[in-house]
Amino acid sequence: MILTGVIFYLFILLSGTGGEMCVSRAMKSIGEVTDFRPHSIALAIGRAMKVPWMWIGVAMMAMGFFSLMGLLSMANVSFVYPASALSYVVGALGGKFFLGETVSKERWAGVLLVTLGVLLVVVGRG
Amino acid sequence: MSPSRLLRLKTYVLICAMLVFGPLGDVLLGRAMKEASPMRSWAPASILRFFIRAFASPAVWLAIGSLALFFVAYVLVLSWADYSYVQPASALSYGLVALLAVIALNEKITPVRWGGVLLICLGVFAVGLTAPRTTQPR
Repeated sequence: MILTGVIFYLFILLSGTGGEMCVSRAMKSIGEVTDFRPHSIALAIGRAMKVPWMWIGVAMMAMGFFSLMGLLSMANVSFVYPASALSYVVGALGGKFFLGETVSKERWAGVLLVTLGVLLVVVGRG
Repeated sequence: MSPSRLLRLKTYVLICAMLVFGPLGDVLLGRAMKEASPMRSWAPASILRFFIRAFASPAVWLAIGSLALFFVAYVLVLSWADYSYVQPASALSYGLVALLAVIALNEKITPVRWGGVLLICLGVFAVGLTAPRTTQPR
């Protein structure tokens, strides 16, 4: 039971956040969208759908979502949501190592404050 | 307007769209799911009936529309902005939901929760000081 919970938790963190990073990679590969007319937006999303990273990302996000549902069925919401605040740290690490972004000290400080803030918001639900 | 200011401006506009449509979709979906009577078992027929009931509710379609708009804003902003910039910035939704709960629903928010909202705002401010894009455009 505990092992299943840990596996679900790791999937939420790694598959959910990893999926978002894959979507980010797909969108970077089609280039910056500069035209925001509905037709152009549809074309840009259509181009992104042809990039394998997009599908990998959406599939991973779906796995993360189902893991969240699975973990919620066995643990309290008050435990699950604070624990998933760590996804901001995983996101910054992934941004740096998987997407090649520059995560400066200011950005790290911001990410850590956000993580702590989300923890307090969820724990302090009253 | 300089290219870097324009980039920052359109990043902010799309993050604002995410902050509006994401929580709105979540709230609508949560309300619609509570209204649909709960799933009685995990049998396929029961799951199917649950989804048919859920999709008959207009609130579910409003929620799906709102979440679709969120997703469009999300992928568009990621076509130029760093993931490590957008992800923490989207946490501002926690603060917005707390404010909405106070203003619209007259709910009481605990001091610990306000502390959390303050930390999130400070964190997003710190992330906002950095450049939205640190990788080379393709």
